[in-house]
Amino acid sequence: MSDSTIPAVRAGVGEKKSPRENSFADHPLVQLTLVRFLEFIREPEALFWVFVFPVLLAAGLGIAFRNRPPEVLTITAVTPELAQSLRQEKLLAVEQLDLQAAQESLRTGKVALLAAPSSGGAVEFRYDDTNPEGRAARLLADRAIQKAAGRVDPIATTDQLMREAGSRYIDFLIPGLLGMNLMGSAIWSMGFAIVDARRKKLLKRLVASPMPRPYYLLSFLLSRILMLVVEVGVLVGFGALLFHVPVRGTLLDLGIVCLLSSLSFSALGLLLSSRAKTIEAASGLMNVVMMPMWIASGVFFSSQKFPDVMQPFIKVLPLTAVIDALRANMLQGSNLAQMIPQIGIIAFWLVICFALALKLFRWR
Amino acid sequence: MPEIAPQSALHVRQLRKAFKDVVAVDGLNLEVRAGECFGLLGPNGAGKTTTVEICEGLTPPDSGEVEVLGRRWSSDAAQLRQQLGIQLQDTQLSEKLTAHETVRLFRSFFRQGADASEIIARVQLEEKQNSRVGDLSGGQKQRLALACALVGDPDFLFLDEPTTGLDPQARRQLWELIEEFKQSGRTILLTTHYMDEAERLCDRVAIMDHGKVIALGTPRELIASTCAEQMVEFTAGSVSHALDVPALRRIAGVREVRTENGAVLLQVAELHTSVPALLAELTRQNVPLTELRTHSATLEDVFVTLTGRHLRDE
Repeated sequence: MSDSTIPAVRAGVGEKKSPRENSFADHPLVQLTLVRFLEFIREPEALFWVFVFPVLLAAGLGIAFRNRPPEVLTITAVTPELAQSLRQEKLLAVEQLDLQAAQESLRTGKVALLAAPSSGGAVEFRYDDTNPEGRAARLLADRAIQKAAGRVDPIATTDQLMREAGSRYIDFLIPGLLGMNLMGSAIWSMGFAIVDARRKKLLKRLVASPMPRPYYLLSFLLSRILMLVVEVGVLVGFGALLFHVPVRGTLLDLGIVCLLSSLSFSALGLLLSSRAKTIEAASGLMNVVMMPMWIASGVFFSSQKFPDVMQPFIKVLPLTAVIDALRANMLQGSNLAQMIPQIGIIAFWLVICFALALKLFRWR
Repeated sequence: MPEIAPQSALHVRQLRKAFKDVVAVDGLNLEVRAGECFGLLGPNGAGKTTTVEICEGLTPPDSGEVEVLGRRWSSDAAQLRQQLGIQLQDTQLSEKLTAHETVRLFRSFFRQGADASEIIARVQLEEKQNSRVGDLSGGQKQRLALACALVGDPDFLFLDEPTTGLDPQARRQLWELIEEFKQSGRTILLTTHYMDEAERLCDRVAIMDHGKVIALGTPRELIASTCAEQMVEFTAGSVSHALDVPALRRIAGVREVRTENGAVLLQVAELHTSVPALLAELTRQNVPLTELRTHSATLEDVFVTLTGRHLRDE
């Protein structure tokens, strides 16, 4: 019967063609992700900008704005008695010189103040009152001399020194750089790769094959997540090891914030690259979008420095929300529930950008 | 019993496509039989690539019907993509990947086909399989592109100008690979503006100009039907002894006379009668012959006869 021969023929044809190996590595999504990853690590410039540059920037700024030990002010006294009294003050370094040498030192700025006996047991301070060091030296020297002469302060005061980790510039800076890096690497890696593939007609070639189109975009997100672990790890690890920058919230919360932020910026990158046909057009667009956030979102200095009328606009920028959330986690130890406003803003951008990108995206 | 009509692999009817105000494809009809190598020949801008991309399901037509392997893009796109091997004009594959990684990526999209190493061996790139795509020569890149088209063991192969810009040796190497695929009895649609490529590879050829097919047949048929079989090309005469060109038309067996860059081209039916007659005519005019060549007519000659232009003029 002819009915029974048809399946037999079909089976014969099927056998001739080697069946598809169903191994994990040959899944199209795995292959696409692997290829993304290989393309990235074979681009030395990209490696530098994503991994090395933020660390160098953090190191440079961390050193420039490091906390110095309290400064000791150098002053001069012209008699041994005065020098003796003034040396009771730990914040003063006292040189005893003859009057002429002392005046010379004051004039050339080697010392901030000159103390000399005046008539009737009084003391005369000579200093430049427009120089903050001179004024500070005046207060310290006066206090030392009055104390040495037996003054008792009516109210006892004590000092509590605030130099702990978490309130220094480097603590402020590391979450800012982390946010900036999450934005830059997501937008650049997404944008340039897609626009370059479109320019080379590689996108068109891919859609001419049976590649499932959502896998192409998904592979970007997956490779982004792989890279994210390294990116965040390097910068947070660097801050923790060299500058003892704290992570007071849980690492899981930090990971979730970083992941959501990266996805959101990737969606923005996808949107920015959905139509552009040249690298120049795409990079112009990316800079226009990222530049205001670099400035206003509080990477290097607090966004509060901008006028109040601008605050509502600055607050809804994705980078502002990301950096606020990162600082809340790392410096204040906030949990996810306390970051709901920021997370809401980040998620909002993710949904809007992704929906728009899917609508606008062109494969050719 | 009636003769069994050859099964059609591609069926195109009344295809139209315009880009802004330029009509790229203008009511095109085309039939590619299963198992044949069909050539679309024409100058740049004739509408070859647009036609092919519509057939490949990459560009939607403004109107008209396209059926590939008995299926339509509107309803069977996923299945069709599995059955087609496609090489696009000037696709640049990712330069950072190796040849093997590239083929393996494309292989992963298809349900069936040989594994990447086997395909790479088939296009003779074994020695280069671990080289970056950026380090391959033009010919090697084209063979890699062919490998990416072959990974899914396709029933129908689309090749859009596969040898444009390659040196003669690289072209011959690619032709051999295409002929090998042809031996397996599957269908090829090839576009080219090289007539020698079409004559060597194609069973049938459609010549396109301004979005329409202006001639169709086997290369031999086209050459025989539109002009004489032989071409005679000569230069003769000088300023003092000018050649009387119209007189040449009266020579027996001469179908057409054309002058080109100072040379005279005659289309003749038979060399053995026309050449002696030509020599006699030149002697009569007392014009010295400086150069004489003959060749069999090519598709290029067919194109020039049909349009008055050369294939590569534009």
